[in-house]
Amino acid sequence: MNSIATSGVPRFVGQSVHRKEDPRLVSGNGTYLDDVKLPNMLHVSFVRSDVARARITRLDVSAARTAKGVHAVFTAADFAPAVKGTLAATMFMEMPIATLRPLADGDVRFAGEAIAMVVADSRYLAEDACELIEVDYEVLTPVVHFEHAAADKVNLVHPERGTNVMSSGGVQHPELEAIFAAAPHVFTETIRQDRQSQVPMEPHGIIVRWKEYDRELHVWSSCQRVHEVRATLCRVLGLGEHSIHVTQRDVGGGFGQKGAMRTEEIATALGAYLMGRTLKWVEDRRENLVSGGHARLDRITVTMAFDDDANILGVRFDHLEDAGAYPASGNIGGMIAMMFSGPYRMQRIGWSSAAVFTNTCGRNAYRGPWNLETVAREQMMDLAARRLGIDPIELRRRNMIHVEDLPFKNAGGATYVGVDPESCFDQALAMLDYDDFRRQQAEALASGRLLGVGVSLFIEPTALGVGTLIGTEAAHVKISLNGHVTVALGTGGHGQSIATTMAQIAADELGVDFADVTVIEGDTDISPIGGGTGGSRSGVIGGAAVHQSASKVRDKVVAIAAHMLEAAPNDLEVAQSRISVRGTPSRGVSFAEVAKLAYVSTAKLPPQTEGGLEAITRYSTPSITWANACHICTVEITPTSEVKLLRYIVSEDCGVMINPMVVEGQISGGVVQGIGAVIHEGFVYDDAGNPLTTTFLDYLIPTTTDIPVLEIGHMETPASGPGGYKGVGEGGAIGAVPAVRNAISDALAQVGSPGITGPVRPCDVHDLRALQV
Amino acid sequence: MAEMSVSVTVNGSSHAASIEPRKTLGDFLRDDCGLTGTHLGCEHGACGSCTVLLDDKAVRSCLLFAVQANGRDVTTVEGLTRGKGELGIVQQAFMEGHGLQCGFCTPGFIVSVTALLRDNPNPTHDEVAVGLSGNLCRCTGYQGIFKAVEIASRRIRETGDRP
Repeated sequence: MNSIATSGVPRFVGQSVHRKEDPRLVSGNGTYLDDVKLPNMLHVSFVRSDVARARITRLDVSAARTAKGVHAVFTAADFAPAVKGTLAATMFMEMPIATLRPLADGDVRFAGEAIAMVVADSRYLAEDACELIEVDYEVLTPVVHFEHAAADKVNLVHPERGTNVMSSGGVQHPELEAIFAAAPHVFTETIRQDRQSQVPMEPHGIIVRWKEYDRELHVWSSCQRVHEVRATLCRVLGLGEHSIHVTQRDVGGGFGQKGAMRTEEIATALGAYLMGRTLKWVEDRRENLVSGGHARLDRITVTMAFDDDANILGVRFDHLEDAGAYPASGNIGGMIAMMFSGPYRMQRIGWSSAAVFTNTCGRNAYRGPWNLETVAREQMMDLAARRLGIDPIELRRRNMIHVEDLPFKNAGGATYVGVDPESCFDQALAMLDYDDFRRQQAEALASGRLLGVGVSLFIEPTALGVGTLIGTEAAHVKISLNGHVTVALGTGGHGQSIATTMAQIAADELGVDFADVTVIEGDTDISPIGGGTGGSRSGVIGGAAVHQSASKVRDKVVAIAAHMLEAAPNDLEVAQSRISVRGTPSRGVSFAEVAKLAYVSTAKLPPQTEGGLEAITRYSTPSITWANACHICTVEITPTSEVKLLRYIVSEDCGVMINPMVVEGQISGGVVQGIGAVIHEGFVYDDAGNPLTTTFLDYLIPTTTDIPVLEIGHMETPASGPGGYKGVGEGGAIGAVPAVRNAISDALAQVGSPGITGPVRPCDVHDLRALQV
Repeated sequence: MAEMSVSVTVNGSSHAASIEPRKTLGDFLRDDCGLTGTHLGCEHGACGSCTVLLDDKAVRSCLLFAVQANGRDVTTVEGLTRGKGELGIVQQAFMEGHGLQCGFCTPGFIVSVTALLRDNPNPTHDEVAVGLSGNLCRCTGYQGIFKAVEIASRRIRETGDRP
């Protein structure tokens, strides 16, 4: 990446500069989806199924059609002729997931599925009209419990599939059976995660405007990927990409839930297109909780064999995931297999995995969708340590990969480079003072208090997607006439501070002030085609693209400046928007002066130099970018079985940090989501498939009173890509779950309990108390 | 539904309209006053995103009807700036402390923190935790929010300014 006239030490990368996003957001001047108001805009509301599985025997929308302020009511039959292609997300089009439909057609397959769509003058009137729609059901036995779904041949979520199994796979390892038979220590445990929802604070929403005389569909979307929205609507509506313009402005969180289009969003687009009008749909919280997307409902049975020195000899796991009725993602088993060995030597793995349909809300991506590998492995390490009678830290040390082992090919076929798990492990243990904690723990036990410590280590595949759209990103870097810089990207930040971090990179690479750079994302008319934001990719892949493009523009600036100054390019240096002769700062020209030549006085440019000062380059990641971290949690279990977190420590290696403040924000947010997964969250259905946790009073997410002050340490092993950055968006949510669970189990082990293998929410407190005695 | 006339002073300006009595204060602020800084995150009084000051008390604008605010004084997040692009103390502290990521819950937090610090300019960590436990944030893990309150609290003590 280095070219002539480097500006030397970075001024902005590595600094916790304040965010460009913030002044508008803290003053109430952001532009979230519901803040956009277009002329003559109509409002959408959906009638949703009250039952999990039923045939629709009667659907009467006539009263709603004539209700006050109502412009249209759509049912499946109304949309059918307009649907020209698949509603599935691009990434999952070829996968055997369920066939999506804009509205329920003849039957309903989960409680919350949209049946009819009302369009009215206001949301109030649209909801009034929804009350007038009558639906009669012939209720059928639903498939609610995923453990029983595969065996159920009578009650089928998708009858046309002939089975409730969505997909299955696995790899047998030829040596495992003999290893398990001969090994001195073999442990088996089943570990589970409960159903969660991502809970972005801003629910989904979309505005679709059909401009008849432009033949253009303009879409405003609360999404993570504008180009995905455009691609999906092109397929569904049969329009060309040039006919669809998608705009994303401020987005109130996504965590994976907004990566693919909702069927309700597609229905809104169909309605706008058919009516030739502007329609807005803003999801309410209940809709988001019952139909916005669920995640994490998994079960994994792991068997691990150890020799007498506590070395891992072999592993087998059988994994089952609940895909719900309409998943927006495929079976995660392959990813679990790839990452199961984590930072350890675990060279023989056999596995199986299946994803099954149930009559529940569909599964979709959630911050580290494959996290079960770390959740299960790290709990197994603690369980094995307890049964082998050695310290869990010692067990991990004996099996850990060292820096000297790199590149290291793990049992799942992935090759690690640029990671240093041991350094994070050491740093985190030192931050805790592990030996001192063990002393405190013993003293506490003597006085009747139960303390525990839990560790988790993981290696994280960030910026995945080699050879796919999410493995590539382009940056359009442009210097305008006054020397200011705009950077257009195909990312879609929704809280990740991309407008700030990418400006830091561009400012350093170009040699301009951070204040002089503006980053534009999330607009298909401006943003180069790209994969949006998700999968811990924007800093790594987007950042690399910014490096490339900015470097190319800088080279041109220097070449023109050299011509203007009659100096050799190698004798020049760039700093603070000025190019000058090294050692003679008075001999120089400003970016604005160079830009004037490039855009206006083009006759004065050096020979064979094209006008303009801009570049678009595309970066395609050649491999996964590996990050790693160690989490340590300490807890106290009170006499009333309340879990109190005492300390939470993270040592993270996300490579070169662009903005440490942003890095720590990403880690903290992920960790607290992981804490929530253990002590609070769980989306509950009753046996009839009725959702029970449909408000924030039932579906609990962590609040200020649930969490300790996080302590974060950093290691910086640079990645091999431009800038040396690694992804950091998902790791917090991956590492926290087993760290908290291990701490709870460690505390309980002191009173002879086998520990926990799933969440311990307030409603599980009784169970926890039972485990103590 | 028969409409009622309502007149509310919002951020010092009078806003009068004829509205249905079922319209929430949150919707009135967003739709009738054009103040979209107040966000609706749950519409059942649990997330706190829609928090505004009603006669200087923090309330949830999704749980109040606009007609209940008739003749009263409302301050929204927009009203906490110092004008001309200058941020208020709490707003500035949220930026400095990285108290926000996606920013959707932020207006509610800023209003709640303002009310908290007006009552108690030097709160302990536990008092902040309890005081803000009715506001939900999914991005920050609350770490930056605690930091922001600390910054704002210090600045209020140093300058004597009202948040």
